[in-house]
Amino acid sequence: MTDRKAETLGAILRKNGVSRRGFLKFCTTTASLMALPPSWVPTLALALEQARRPSVIWLSFQECTGCTESLTRSHSPSLESLIFDYISLDYHHTLQVASGTAAEAAREQAMHENAGKYLLVVDGSIPLGNPGYSTIAGISNLQMLKETAKGAAAIVAVGNCAAFGGLPKANPNPTGAVSVSDIITDKPIINVSGCPPIPVVITGVLAHYLTFGKLPELDQYNRPKVFFGTSIHDRCYRRPFYDKGLFASTFDDEGAKKGWCLYKLGCKGPMTYNACATAKWNQGTSWPVESGHGCLGCSEPDFWDAGGFYNALSIPIGDVSRNTAYAGAAGLVLGAAAAGLNRKTKAEAVRNHGKVSIDDLEKPS
Amino acid sequence: MTGATLERGINAFKEQINAPVAAFFSSCVSCGICAEACLFYTETGDPKYTPIRKLEPLRRVWEQEYTLVGKIKRLLGFEKPVTDELLEEWRELLYDSCTLCGRCSMVCPVGNDIAYMVRRAREGMVASGNSPVDVQAAAVRAVTIGSPMGIKLKALETQIRNIEADTGLTIPLDVEGADYMALLSSMEVINFPEYIESLARIFKQAGISWTLCSEAFEATNTGIQIGSTDIARELVQRAVDGAEKLRVKYVISPECGHAYTAIRWDGPNLIGRPYKFRVVHILELLDELRANGRIKTRNPTNQCMTFHDPCSIVRKGGVLESPRNLMALVNSNFVEMPDHGKWNWCCGGGGGVSANTDAEELRTQVFRRKKLQLEATGATKLVTACANCRLVIEEGLEAYNMELPIEGLTELVAQHLIEDEIPSGTQDSS
Amino acid sequence: MIEPMDFLLWVRGSLFDVAVTVFVIGIIIRFFEILSLGRSKDLAEAKGTEFVPGIKTIITRTLPEQGTFKRQPLTIIAGYVFHVGLLVSLVLFIPHIELFRQTFGFGWPGLPNPIVDAAAVLGIVGLLAALWNRITNPVMKILTDNEDYLVWVLTFLPMITGYLAYHRMVNPYPLILGLHILSIELLMVFFPFTKLMHTFTLFLARWYNGAMSGRRGVES
Repeated sequence: MTDRKAETLGAILRKNGVSRRGFLKFCTTTASLMALPPSWVPTLALALEQARRPSVIWLSFQECTGCTESLTRSHSPSLESLIFDYISLDYHHTLQVASGTAAEAAREQAMHENAGKYLLVVDGSIPLGNPGYSTIAGISNLQMLKETAKGAAAIVAVGNCAAFGGLPKANPNPTGAVSVSDIITDKPIINVSGCPPIPVVITGVLAHYLTFGKLPELDQYNRPKVFFGTSIHDRCYRRPFYDKGLFASTFDDEGAKKGWCLYKLGCKGPMTYNACATAKWNQGTSWPVESGHGCLGCSEPDFWDAGGFYNALSIPIGDVSRNTAYAGAAGLVLGAAAAGLNRKTKAEAVRNHGKVSIDDLEKPS
Repeated sequence: MTGATLERGINAFKEQINAPVAAFFSSCVSCGICAEACLFYTETGDPKYTPIRKLEPLRRVWEQEYTLVGKIKRLLGFEKPVTDELLEEWRELLYDSCTLCGRCSMVCPVGNDIAYMVRRAREGMVASGNSPVDVQAAAVRAVTIGSPMGIKLKALETQIRNIEADTGLTIPLDVEGADYMALLSSMEVINFPEYIESLARIFKQAGISWTLCSEAFEATNTGIQIGSTDIARELVQRAVDGAEKLRVKYVISPECGHAYTAIRWDGPNLIGRPYKFRVVHILELLDELRANGRIKTRNPTNQCMTFHDPCSIVRKGGVLESPRNLMALVNSNFVEMPDHGKWNWCCGGGGGVSANTDAEELRTQVFRRKKLQLEATGATKLVTACANCRLVIEEGLEAYNMELPIEGLTELVAQHLIEDEIPSGTQDSS
Repeated sequence: MIEPMDFLLWVRGSLFDVAVTVFVIGIIIRFFEILSLGRSKDLAEAKGTEFVPGIKTIITRTLPEQGTFKRQPLTIIAGYVFHVGLLVSLVLFIPHIELFRQTFGFGWPGLPNPIVDAAAVLGIVGLLAALWNRITNPVMKILTDNEDYLVWVLTFLPMITGYLAYHRMVNPYPLILGLHILSIELLMVFFPFTKLMHTFTLFLARWYNGAMSGRRGVES
């Protein structure tokens, strides 16, 4: 293990039969995804070639393993998965061979050996309601996160759950789930949100970290701007239909068949920042909107509670009809009260009417 | 009572605010369009005469007494109070510069009947002692003497005798059971007795049984002009009593505009019950006689004539076609003014303004509008159907050195009437 | 710190509920306040009817009298341009229609976005012209109080934020969309208690005017 760790990434790639040409192609793709100018490709290649395999500890809390699936189910062998191979993934309880005490020992060893240098990847949210909601080897998620975060150089929160709380945090949040950044505040945290995130985004972030030795530029949600800088809507190939006012109203109407905009069907593309429209999924095969379904907004905080996946973005989250009915009922009561007051005031005025005679026309001097 | 006070004024404002007033104030967006319909603004260019602004005191009371926000504002001390100083300042706006012509009510984009509100606001001005002294004096005369101009029955009897002597006609007085009771305005008695003579001629020819009433010949109602329902009620009650005592079927409103408003529209609401008789405007009656063939005319002139629609009769009374039908009987060269009918501009002296010396200068200034209208027609005779309009226009023409004879429509019809040769005594009621 | 997305969820969520509640209750209160003041039965013999003339005036007052138009064209044109622009962008923009559909259970066809966009520009220009007119026209100047400026701002904000949101001129989008919705909520909260109420009460006002005139045989 230690031997391999000493090897550079470039050497390992070559040993595994990746040509220089293939490697550079990977670098170019990664650079363009990260919106780096072409002149940066050599720098990226050089940095990657010379990068030492960093130790990575991957903690999975309240999650569905979808984020891990997203990475591993990408058609192998891809350069993305290769690079994944060439980090030192010292702990990942779905992927690692070891189990039980041995697994935990591996984590502790990695933490000890790479103190202050390892990268912590987290998927899943952390329950604060009751520590027993989610434990690993008898250790609560909260405790394990705090312990492991202590010696980490940086934390990558993968997936909406780790980044923002995700599904577990959805209303009514029975476990009291929170995100990594709700707990850890003294470490650099990079949120790679999505449910799940696009594989290439994870690898891109890792590549950036390896290249520059620091986190990429982040947006207000600590998401890397290069991937989360533009909205789905702005890059959507169906955008012209939105502009023309051509919308699918059901999933099987003429509009749907003609590929019109899915806004009315609840597409959250306008408010969602992610790279789906450009990077696509399954090795560029397609993405949700292309397959005929609106964007769910899965890279955004609280997207589960953002008013229903099939309600248009302009529709408020609450039940407006019900509110209107309740307010109407309350209005009738309050209105009747206001009417009563007005009638009283007026009746008093009529009662107080002093008959005007010709002797009352002047002010008393 | 103890005289006019601010409290009584505010109480009167509170009484006068009803659902339409509240709807109107709720709807105003301060667009200022009403100013363009008001000759006091168009002729002076002074924005203080913007009609809706004349209602500021009433608006404040509405907001403070009848809206949630106003009540909250009052609790927090943000409200603008209605003070005696404010009302004094507003006297010019609610009296001197408003003839209640109702033209603003026709143009308001949100539909506010501003004249309706000015009439109501005047109640508070009266109760707080802020009505103009001249109109107050007229009201005192109307109540104590029976006519705002101080004309007594004796004056009318003199005129009747003169007419009867000059023409051989009979002017019936206090004839019980007559079909029609005619009301007059003081101005007709004093300035235009031709009107009485014309009535006698036409009714005789048409075979109408009619009478005047010695206890209720005055049709004008200073209570309406000054803005006091109490005084207006007292005055209108006299006419109602007179008509009911004589058991007439109809009361004829004279040409005078505000008299028509008083007796036709406000009267039943003032006395709190429908009349036992019907009210017709003299022009409506003449038009009906024309239509039924009961009066015929001859020799229509081809002198160029135009007609001034009195606001109270046309815009507020719906007598629009009758004067035109009657004009057609007597004149073959009739021209309309640029804004005529329901869009006609006021003479500038309605709503008590002509009785108010404070307003004299302003009234003369704004007469320019009427002058322009008249000039645009090229008419050499102006016909109208309101003694007040007629006097105000005569004064205005004089102030602007303009020569234009004016005549009342009823007189004009009488002049062209084809009369039977039988001298007199054919009326069934005489 | 409030992040744009939290902000958007807040304005689309609880704040919208609050705004709708205040709006609905407020409007009902206002109508009760007005109608409770009553109108005495007119005892004078009628010359015409009330209902039909009332309805007629509701419609005809939408058009200005010719002479008045000539004397005050800017007020009238700016008023039209702004109201038409506002109404078209409010009720014919598809995302808005979806909101109405959700609330009332029915919708209607919308217009293509570029047309709505043009209407919104007209609306904004109309509003700016109306403001300029309000500041410079002596009649409007004397009538205008703080409330008039308040309702102008309350009307202008949704228009301008809506325009910026539609054109995605502000990043991140949830921020500007949230501001747009917030501005609508402000409008809704103030609506019943300001002159904005004319939107509804003008029908009442026009009806009263038309009906009272109609009864006297006058077309108002």
